[in-house]
Amino acid sequence: MTIGVIKVARPRKMSFPESLYLVEIVKGLGVTMGHMLSNIVRQEGIKTIEYPEVRREMPPRFRGRHRLMKREDGTPRCVACYCCATACPAKCITIVAGESPDPGVEKYPVRFDIDMLRCVFCGMCVEACPCDAIRMDTGWFTPPDDTREKLIFTIDTLLEK
Amino acid sequence: MPTLTINGMIVDVPAGTTIINAAEKIGIEIPRYCYHPKLSVAGNCRMCLVEVEKFPKLQTACSTVVNDGMVVRTDTEKVRKAVTGVLELMLIHHPIDCPICDQAGECGLQNYYMKFGLHKSRYDLEDKVHKKKVQDIGGQIVLDAERCILCSRCVRFLTEVTGTQELHFFNRGDHSEISIFPGRPLDNNYTGNLADICPVGALTSKDFRFKCRVWFLKVFDSICTGCSKGCNVDAHHKGDILYRLKPRWNDAVNQAWMCDFGRLTYKEMNEARLLTPFVREEGARKVAAWGSLLPDVAFRLKAAAEKGGTDRVAVIASPQSSNEELYLLRRLATERLGTSNLAFTHRVAGDGFADGFLIQADKNPNSRGAQLLGIPDGAAFDALVSKIAGGGIDALLVFGNVLGPLSEEETAALLAKVPFVAQVGTNEGPVSKAANAVLPSASVAERGGTFTSHVGRVQRFRFGFPARGKAKNPIEILVSLGNRLGAGWDFAGEASVFKAIAGTEAPFAGMSYDSIGMFGQEIKG
Ligand code: SF4
Ligand code: SF4
Ligand code: SF4
Ligand code: SF4
Ligand code: FES
Repeated sequence: MTIGVIKVARPRKMSFPESLYLVEIVKGLGVTMGHMLSNIVRQEGIKTIEYPEVRREMPPRFRGRHRLMKREDGTPRCVACYCCATACPAKCITIVAGESPDPGVEKYPVRFDIDMLRCVFCGMCVEACPCDAIRMDTGWFTPPDDTREKLIFTIDTLLEK
Repeated sequence: MPTLTINGMIVDVPAGTTIINAAEKIGIEIPRYCYHPKLSVAGNCRMCLVEVEKFPKLQTACSTVVNDGMVVRTDTEKVRKAVTGVLELMLIHHPIDCPICDQAGECGLQNYYMKFGLHKSRYDLEDKVHKKKVQDIGGQIVLDAERCILCSRCVRFLTEVTGTQELHFFNRGDHSEISIFPGRPLDNNYTGNLADICPVGALTSKDFRFKCRVWFLKVFDSICTGCSKGCNVDAHHKGDILYRLKPRWNDAVNQAWMCDFGRLTYKEMNEARLLTPFVREEGARKVAAWGSLLPDVAFRLKAAAEKGGTDRVAVIASPQSSNEELYLLRRLATERLGTSNLAFTHRVAGDGFADGFLIQADKNPNSRGAQLLGIPDGAAFDALVSKIAGGGIDALLVFGNVLGPLSEEETAALLAKVPFVAQVGTNEGPVSKAANAVLPSASVAERGGTFTSHVGRVQRFRFGFPARGKAKNPIEILVSLGNRLGAGWDFAGEASVFKAIAGTEAPFAGMSYDSIGMFGQEIKG
């Protein structure tokens, strides 16, 4: 059996002026300058925004930073069933369950951490939750931070929003 | 032997067998709640309905005894409809607490709903009858009356096995409820079994409550270390943390039960463990490395024997060690150190409570093994203790965390009489607080081996997960010490040691891990 060979057309050799790249550089700079000048004279059409002070409107189904929902009395709605942690493909949810002071609730999360650096924003946790206790509808990206520890969001951070 | 047909398959069973067991024999699972092989037949849940030819109505497979020529069908539409109906009835008032219910994942209702139910509820949420939830009814049990399906397994267990009869049904109809009498909590040593036999989440374990979801747990075969009965257990763990012990069925030992004390012995394997080897210098602990500590201990033992004579070296064995470890330790003491100062004691602090059922007075899993391997118990231990107290010992090797019934002060005072004490132990305790060198040992969950129960039944406990911290398998420690004392042992793992035991020790002659198998083997004579 012979091996199939594909003939690939080699790029044409550049001519001397082309190989200096000068013309292309000037053309590129022209585009940049054009945008700069038009931004100065026509501010309302500006393309960039001043993130994070200004934020883009996200589509309603955008999966952003998680939040934990609260009951009417302000306690977490989460009952620490571990369904989200079980469904999570990144294994980034850590829950420690405890006996709730409210006997009508019974079980509640003493600890609920999401490691945002490992989260792949797939939304499986939201799908899995039987109590609608976790949502990703904040319209936020994970804000940047300077240590790994700060990006492991605890229950307090997640309940804030 | 009656011959019958189940779903077209022909099966021979002994006379008196019920349909449910005959079906099990050919791998047909008939759903059941109230039926439990170790309890009497109640026939009240109606989940096991099957069609039997010539019977006008469906029959309960758990209580119908087979007859020659019977034709049974478990897979007809009529049966399926009946079972779904029974399930729907049971779920009418069920709270469906699954997210907060510890039974979720191993629940009879969940499993059968997925298999036979999958129906939509026709009952309004507001109409459900509510009952008392989260009741601490004593022992190791939390009761949630709402989740109960009134199968009466618990009532029968407390009548037929413990004879204490604390749980009963109260009220009628929808309001039927399982409960204790007011002010009369569960009062027996076997309450933990109720959580195992309850097919739903009505009776759950107080100790395991909310600790872990069951689907995260992995299981390995082990033996309870709580007493010399040697109850077979399933050890449930996640990573290197043990979460619970459950009885593993063994008709020759513990049937399907275990005691409440034994059930909690797993905690010792999680808490207050010795994790790094250390030495004690002027009262302070100094972390040591295995590489230097093992030769050092071997050298100190040998030096003491050479200087003062072998009579000034002693070894104290532990009835918590496996047969394999005890065998190596005996050989180390008698052959390598050449000393006759070798003893152990089966006594422990406390009253040595026993009942005629499972709980034995001897609170160690392997006293019998130590005796059979020729390590002297009782008087020999007392003699060795008085010898140590009299300053007659220069170097001592101790296995175990405690010295029998001696208190922490007594242990400290005794060990202070010995210039060099090395310990191989699993947990912080009186001995680790006084020893000069501490060699941390893998726990029962972290190593394999065999124990000999009080009746001489040799049973295997299996390796569950790698040792925590820097702890080492005691067999490895013993082989390493032995070889530094010139033994030339090439044992690798407990299996090779057991082979040697079976070859030379009369009570174990001819045994092998294969012949011991899952359920153990009695020694001869
Ligand atoms: S979004 Fe996906 S990866 Fe992130 S926590 Fe939820 S389940 Fe895990
Ligand atoms: S699935 Fe929902 S209720 Fe369950 S632990 Fe996660 S957030 Fe809590
Ligand atoms: S008993 Fe079973 S079905 Fe009922 S709440 Fe518990 S897990 Fe769910
Ligand atoms: S508590 Fe459990 S074992 Fe007892 S009757 Fe109810 S369901 Fe059956
Ligand atoms: S298992 Fe037969 S009636 Fe309950």
